[in-house]
Amino acid sequence: MNTKQIINLSRRRFVAGSTASLVSLTLGILPSVKAEQREAGPGIAGKAPETAGDFSPNAFLRIDADGMVTVISKHLEMGQGTYTGMATLVAEELDADWDKVRVEGAPADAGRYNNLFWGKAQGTGGSTAMANSWEQMRRAGAAAREMLVQAAAEQWQVDAAQITVSSGVIKHAASGRQAGFGELAELAAKQPVPELIELKDPESFKLIGKHIPRKDSLEKINGQALFTQDIQLPGMLTAVVLHPPRLGAKVLKVDRKGALAVKGVREVIDIPTGVAVVAEGFWQAKLGRDALTVTWDDSKAFDKSSEQILDDYRKLAQKPGLEARKAGDAVTAIAASDTSIESEYSVPFLSHSAMEPMNCVVRIDKDKCEVWNGEQMQTSDQHQIAGLLGLDPKQVHINMLYAGGSFGRRANPAADYLLETVHIAKALKPGTPLKMIWSREDDTHGGYYRPLYLHRLRAALDDQGDPEAWEQRIVGQSILKGTPFESVMVKDGVDMTSVEGAANLPYEIKHIQVDLHSPDLPVPVLWWRSVGSTHTAFAVESFVDELAVKAGQDPLAYRRKLLRSHPRHLAVLNLAAEKAGWGESLGRNRGQGIAVHESFNSYVAQVAEVSVRRDVISVDRVVIAVDCGVAINPDVIEAQMQGGMGFGLSAALFSELTFKDGSVEQSNFNDYRILRIDQMPEVEVYIVPSAEPPTGVGEPATPVIAPAVANAVYAATGQRLRQLPLRLS
Amino acid sequence: MLNLSINGNRQALDIDPQTPLLWAIRDYVGLTGTKYSCGIAQCGSCTVYLDGAPVRSCITPVSDAVGKEVTTIEGLSTPAGQAVQAAWKELEVVQCGFCQSGQIMSAASLLHRNQKPSDADIDQAMQGNLCRCATYARIRQAIKVAAGKLSGGQS
Repeated sequence: MNTKQIINLSRRRFVAGSTASLVSLTLGILPSVKAEQREAGPGIAGKAPETAGDFSPNAFLRIDADGMVTVISKHLEMGQGTYTGMATLVAEELDADWDKVRVEGAPADAGRYNNLFWGKAQGTGGSTAMANSWEQMRRAGAAAREMLVQAAAEQWQVDAAQITVSSGVIKHAASGRQAGFGELAELAAKQPVPELIELKDPESFKLIGKHIPRKDSLEKINGQALFTQDIQLPGMLTAVVLHPPRLGAKVLKVDRKGALAVKGVREVIDIPTGVAVVAEGFWQAKLGRDALTVTWDDSKAFDKSSEQILDDYRKLAQKPGLEARKAGDAVTAIAASDTSIESEYSVPFLSHSAMEPMNCVVRIDKDKCEVWNGEQMQTSDQHQIAGLLGLDPKQVHINMLYAGGSFGRRANPAADYLLETVHIAKALKPGTPLKMIWSREDDTHGGYYRPLYLHRLRAALDDQGDPEAWEQRIVGQSILKGTPFESVMVKDGVDMTSVEGAANLPYEIKHIQVDLHSPDLPVPVLWWRSVGSTHTAFAVESFVDELAVKAGQDPLAYRRKLLRSHPRHLAVLNLAAEKAGWGESLGRNRGQGIAVHESFNSYVAQVAEVSVRRDVISVDRVVIAVDCGVAINPDVIEAQMQGGMGFGLSAALFSELTFKDGSVEQSNFNDYRILRIDQMPEVEVYIVPSAEPPTGVGEPATPVIAPAVANAVYAATGQRLRQLPLRLS
Repeated sequence: MLNLSINGNRQALDIDPQTPLLWAIRDYVGLTGTKYSCGIAQCGSCTVYLDGAPVRSCITPVSDAVGKEVTTIEGLSTPAGQAVQAAWKELEVVQCGFCQSGQIMSAASLLHRNQKPSDADIDQAMQGNLCRCATYARIRQAIKVAAGKLSGGQS
């Protein structure tokens, strides 16, 4: 390959910086966001880096002799448009020709490729990719541009100030000289890295804010895009795993004969999570698994049912929990009020159910391990694998591939399916590439669910019908307990991800109390697109609607009044309402519902229009308004609003993962239902123009739709539905 | 030995005739654009054509393909197929992309049968293709754009 790196890496510095341990993960996501933003984020736009070398443009791009610009994305592309966004930021400041920009995934390296909001850990989540990269990637592009200009000035012996760059062409008008990036790449590599970098005035953006094509479209349209499932290596074997039918059950006895008799089956291997069948291909491995006879020891297995869990939670909700927010004295105010109201909301366990079931490819050699995976949490996975193999993390090389969806599932601090793959590969001849594939049933049963939650809400209204007291008690498992994130993101026993969207209630109410119970259950749980907001937005935005009804006021007007000091909430609320034609009568059995919610520093309001026929809820139209700061790529934002809403609509109307005597009752898309095209509403998306730093768009549309639909169902039928998925009786 | 023709290329496979066509295509022929997601014909990610008719390759025994022409996303070259792929690009339908081979195969198949599909036709033809990213709004639009181009530029 004739790639000429335009800037030589200072290897020593990066190696020194890449020794981050798991401990560094504890710098956390949420609590550090605000602090990091001040130090490394948008607040210092246009200024020089605080210390020379705290970013390095070369880690993020390379330009070859043909002028092709390769942007190296530290973040995973799982559908949310990150590759396009990262490339946009680099190419904008580089003044590159968009058609000559390609993207590749970065290797795992906490020193170079950390998420700036996560300390020294690399990963993609919390809708942070664009927000944390906003300056870093533009600086990377600007530094490279400056070095190309210096190279041109040297080559042409002209004043650098008279050189212009546009769409991949470097020009000196006075002498009539011009060159492409490729021609100057070699010389540019010899220029000093600029210390002072000036970023563009937003007025002169040519790519940011414009409609430019995605970088991953073509290969996803013609079948060439590579997902983990598609990796094929010489001599590769495929494994499937028989997992216990009940959580926590262990293998007592395995009869391997049937499996080993299947043509193509090579080995049957006991691993901590079950029994693996290794074969030449998936189908043989699956047939081998079908032929296994395993006796399970259920003595320590989970034996509860979802109904029981909900009952337990209901009892718990009668007792005070740990305080997540307290202003005034809500309990006393509610006790003293004669217009109090109480409701219970609940949501079930949910599986992420990405279209690509979890899978992983590994090849273990004596002193190294190579991994191919749709990687959402590179350096944590790298440490977990290194730990299992007794290797140094640097000896674990991770190839980041496209993920066929993830929605948080591939960001597991426990690295569950990766370690399962490593356990199998470890038992094979060194150097044997192994692909582990979960069937859809494995994926549905594989745990790490969005936890089941119950909310008990109480409020008291004053003479005007405004809430003077609000009490919210939340019951559900902690996602972060027992993970490296716990020490920072669990404060005084309160898991921030359990109360986000509730503890930061924006409504102006004198007495507020939010508290939390985090009962332990052996069900493994994890973040699921929009995390805590998946349940808090449903409870809060439905209950506010109940208060408006009790007060006899319009739900939009009611919210406006209570949000008067929250301009960004108000702006999206008003925009969505206006575009939706809020307040128009839709006729019999039809209704409008509205909800507004902030998550990951983005603000989304949605108006849903529903029809109800024979107890079936159809969502006909959804109008979405979003404020995500600077709109880097309006087309991607629109897509994320449509899709994020659609993802939430699956949970609002259909999806439910239930336990019966310790076993999951659903197994595939026939009974774990997700949205189909005939259930997708017409969607309109409006973006609030903003010069604020960009925030995330992957998640914030998801939590808003369930309450918007529930409120619309109330408007249509008078029935208040307080449990997801929404069902009319 | 099973003699197959996939995207016009002859393939002789020495495998169990009951092996699903999906795994024959992926693991033995090496074409990976066709995806495994559910294995029980619930999601459409594995959609290919047998003699031009769409089938769910995850539940179709490879023996059913003997003597027929198999078309996968890699070999989709009908005018409708090309119009669908162009519309998919123009409207930026894809997100994670994993289901999109199947979506495109189903959409092109719809246009093979019906060059002016209504919304109801689209919903009916596409409701067997799941997309967890919920790209459905753009899928609808893109099918209409492709239909418009096929029928002479009116969408």
